[in-house]
Amino acid sequence: MSAREVDRTIARLAHEIVERAGDPREFTLVGVITGGLPLAERLADGIAAAEGQRPEVGHVDITLYRDDLYTGLEKPVLGETRLPIDLTGRGIVVVDDVLFTGRTVRAAMDEIMDYGRPRWIKLAVLVDRGHRELPIAADFVGRVVSTGRADKVVVHLPGGVEVRRPGEGE
Amino acid sequence: MKRKDLLGLKDLSRDEITRILDTAARFRAVNARRIKKVPTLRGRTVVSAFFENSTRTKMSFDLAAKRLSADVLSFAASSSSTRKGETLMDTARNLDAMRPDAIIIRHSRAGAPHMLARSFPWAVINAGDGINEHPTQALLDMLTMRDHLGSLKGKTVAIVGDIYHSRVARSNIFGLRTMGARVLAAGPGTMCPPDLEALGVEVRHRIDDVIEDADVVMMLRIQRERLGRAMISSVREYAAFYGLDARRLERARPDVVVIHPNPINRGVEMAPEVADGENSVIMEQVTNGLAVRMAMLYLLLDGDDSGGGADASA
Repeated sequence: MSAREVDRTIARLAHEIVERAGDPREFTLVGVITGGLPLAERLADGIAAAEGQRPEVGHVDITLYRDDLYTGLEKPVLGETRLPIDLTGRGIVVVDDVLFTGRTVRAAMDEIMDYGRPRWIKLAVLVDRGHRELPIAADFVGRVVSTGRADKVVVHLPGGVEVRRPGEGE
Repeated sequence: MKRKDLLGLKDLSRDEITRILDTAARFRAVNARRIKKVPTLRGRTVVSAFFENSTRTKMSFDLAAKRLSADVLSFAASSSSTRKGETLMDTARNLDAMRPDAIIIRHSRAGAPHMLARSFPWAVINAGDGINEHPTQALLDMLTMRDHLGSLKGKTVAIVGDIYHSRVARSNIFGLRTMGARVLAAGPGTMCPPDLEALGVEVRHRIDDVIEDADVVMMLRIQRERLGRAMISSVREYAAFYGLDARRLERARPDVVVIHPNPINRGVEMAPEVADGENSVIMEQVTNGLAVRMAMLYLLLDGDDSGGGADASA
């Protein structure tokens, strides 16, 4: 995906979110650290341009909720989580750049629930690359990309999306 | 950070200390939320074994483990079989049979945590061993200092009081020197151990000779329970020569940070108006203590259970 394609896709996702999630004052876009946050900001800009109202943007670092922390390796550096103090009754759109196994989304939802009881949670992703390990599906999808299990999907914002096959240079 | 135990600050690098303080700063956010608990250590068992009395350190560690969803098994010497003559190693073998993931130990003998760390697979966190070290206290002190000073490098910390008996002072000296701080010491000659200068500390003895230069003044508690021999002639005389009162504080920088490892002997090492005054950050130390202990449990506990091994990325 080229930079222009990504821009167009983000604009479309912003419209879809407004269409289905309603008043931007009543929901929060929550980017998953690290890749989801810049995308959440871009979506908020897109919604602001279309609606004249920018939704609130928060972010979650899911490290403490991961299901694979005990690998014998050094622990990941903790990022920052910033969510509305009380999100009970609000809508939440979880935003991530790539949807893969679904485990990150599971962790993000668990963390969000610890901040309150949102009215609903939806999921927006730029790329759905398949290989789900949990029963999770995105409500807003930029592009479905077919990948091998071992491929790497790299999102540059601003910029494009590329798929790297194993063996290709990092 | 890749190590099994936290035994002291003597052998921690600058990078490791920075990593711990950064991690602790993140955990403060968990403690400010509505649900102050994360699932990180679910299914792990943390034993707190206090062979020496403690109220706040034990409470702080127990709460830290609970906020990470670990199961906490508490063990206090006053109610245990050590009273019946069981050795430390026998007690530890019994605990080992319960398959813990970490043990937090306080013991009156220096080196007791080190012995357990060598003999058992679980993480050992030293919560105070004799007059040797009390690393988590020094880490929370350093986090509190860093909050106020930005960086510790080049800053001057004056430690005042019974340095000889203070494992808090020893751990702070190791940590502060590693982080590039200058450490001054003041206290009666009987309370300043002879090796202080070898540790990079400038010994000046009189509190009046350190107070003006200090960015931080750390007042140590007079530990009446450890004063076996007469090291000072009287508590009242000690207060007059080494106590921090409003009159002495006036000579310090206006933004000097006053810290104390708690519990305070009010009117001995610190006057009530200083303890409750605006330079005092004693309550911040308590809050930071919880965060530092959560950080240590997070960073140390492992036990590889990568079995299924799917990478959780995206």
